Amino acid sequence: MHMADALLSPAVGAAFWAGTIGTIGYASKKLKTHLDDRKIPLMGVLGAFIFASQMINFTIPGTGSSGHLGGGMILAVLLGPHAAFLVMSSVLTVQALFFADGGLLALGCNIWNLGIYPCYIAFPLVYRPLAGDGRSPRRLFSASMAGAIVGLQMGAASVVLETVLSGKTGLPLGTFLLMMQPIHLAIGIVEGFVTAGVIHYVREARPEILDRPGSSSPLAAGISFRNVIIGFLALAIVTGGALSWLASTRPDGLEWSIGKITGKGNLPEQEHGIPATLKSVQEKTAFLPEYGFKPPANEPKEKKEETPAWPAVDAGTSVSGLVGGGVVLALAFGIGWIIRALRRRSAP
Amino acid sequence: MSFEAAYSGIGRLDRLSYGNTVVHRLDPRAKVVATMAFAVVVVSFPRYEVLSLLPFFLFPVLIGALADIPAGFIARKVVAVSPFAIFIGMFNPLFDPATVAIAPGVSISAGWFSFASILVKFALTISAALLLIATTSFPGICRGLRRLGLPALFVSQLLFLYRYLFVLLEEAMRVVRARDMRSFGNRGAGVRVFVRIVGTLFLRTVERAERIYGAMLARGFRGELPSMRREALRPADAVFVLATGCFIALCRVIPVPQAIGRLLGGVAG
Repeated sequence: MHMADALLSPAVGAAFWAGTIGTIGYASKKLKTHLDDRKIPLMGVLGAFIFASQMINFTIPGTGSSGHLGGGMILAVLLGPHAAFLVMSSVLTVQALFFADGGLLALGCNIWNLGIYPCYIAFPLVYRPLAGDGRSPRRLFSASMAGAIVGLQMGAASVVLETVLSGKTGLPLGTFLLMMQPIHLAIGIVEGFVTAGVIHYVREARPEILDRPGSSSPLAAGISFRNVIIGFLALAIVTGGALSWLASTRPDGLEWSIGKITGKGNLPEQEHGIPATLKSVQEKTAFLPEYGFKPPANEPKEKKEETPAWPAVDAGTSVSGLVGGGVVLALAFGIGWIIRALRRRSAP
Repeated sequence: MSFEAAYSGIGRLDRLSYGNTVVHRLDPRAKVVATMAFAVVVVSFPRYEVLSLLPFFLFPVLIGALADIPAGFIARKVVAVSPFAIFIGMFNPLFDPATVAIAPGVSISAGWFSFASILVKFALTISAALLLIATTSFPGICRGLRRLGLPALFVSQLLFLYRYLFVLLEEAMRVVRARDMRSFGNRGAGVRVFVRIVGTLFLRTVERAERIYGAMLARGFRGELPSMRREALRPADAVFVLATGCFIALCRVIPVPQAIGRLLGGVAG
């Protein structure tokens, strides 16, 4: 459930980046005071461990499909939330860079969706109360199951929220939720089984890893509920700001009607999340109004707020658009090809 | 993606990043900042925009060509991760059925434009991110991030993860091969066996971490990973960032393909 850059608007991407960077700073600060340096290599290697185990597929019982581990919950139980969050963030960063899972702008969202929910919500609020002291295998099982499911469900819902806020797809909220939640319920159940199994296995084979002081309990105790609430409040404010940018389509509608009246169609700017500087520059480009970005005359009035103007239906504009696009693409790739050819020649 | 393919994929990107070209020699910070700015500007286009995005292909193409990165390799990786974007975007033509006339007599649903827009943006941002890693060594990126203000602990975590990734992936590969050889066909790929495998892998990991820690202490580790490299921004870095900035700002503001089309159309007509 990695978010992709292409589905994000800059405002939403930046809001989640801000939340993620803030949490990384918070977790690092918390760990610095709590952590002995023997945990630093352990965390690093565990990141590689999660990475490696995500590549081992297992078949999901009953279906023919296979899945792989997420690992946020296992890490939280083994390392405590702060260290687990940092490890998860590092895993996602490497995945974004090497496997192109999501992309750079979406990385903030991905760390948020797959790190914050299991480490800072599901672990302290679901897993710990259910697991108790962690001696009873049954409680451990139900805690792992519930924790993994809750974490994944929140993450999946968050993907939906980010996509819808960004307004890049036509997917209605309800349909999208109906698509995402059930499939992630199935994944969450498997994740729960695996989490419970691994914790049980480690408990049998090396109980001191789970009981080691400084490993899980003191760090987990160090998480303050107040900080979690503050973090969410901050995110709500930032996203609210982003939302209001997105929601401010009314001036555009106005602009649109003015354009319609005066007959000088200007490209209505529906995306206001771009930096203000770019926008102000863009406003100065009204000197190119003849590119024919006129709204279609038959568009229903209600639609106009969401739908940007279309190139006027006139063969000249369409053709020139296609020709220009083709030329630009050919130029871009042609330049690359020429550079490559020149390099080849000069190499030997 | 099969295990071995994924593993060799990382290895190949890693090897490419140790090249020595104009692009490789740029400061990691410059490349991180430029790539980030590129991604932000690309996704800032309205949802129906397709044509105006095309000039942006010049950025990944130039970087790839100047850095001698095999284009086919990057293209294959982009295609390999595309299903998510396609899966979300392919519903647009269905849910956004308002028809748009593109030429006299021809009209299609508006959703096709937003779908195409998503795909173009996807190809642009992903290829830019892949080229960043293919032209900058991962430790280089980590140092850049540290200099850009990320917490030292997080950067150490990234470096450690990267350092042991290959070691552990090989370990995992051995375990998986053993499983596959003992379980003919699909048997043994169930959740039960998987739990055992992950558990074993975890214990081996912890033991390895303990040995590593001992070895690091013996070499004077005091909680932070020092770097011997001193990096200063050079004029070339400034030029690169500036040129990229101007290019993306220009393409954001002026619809280049439409302008060129007009020009050519004017000449022909």
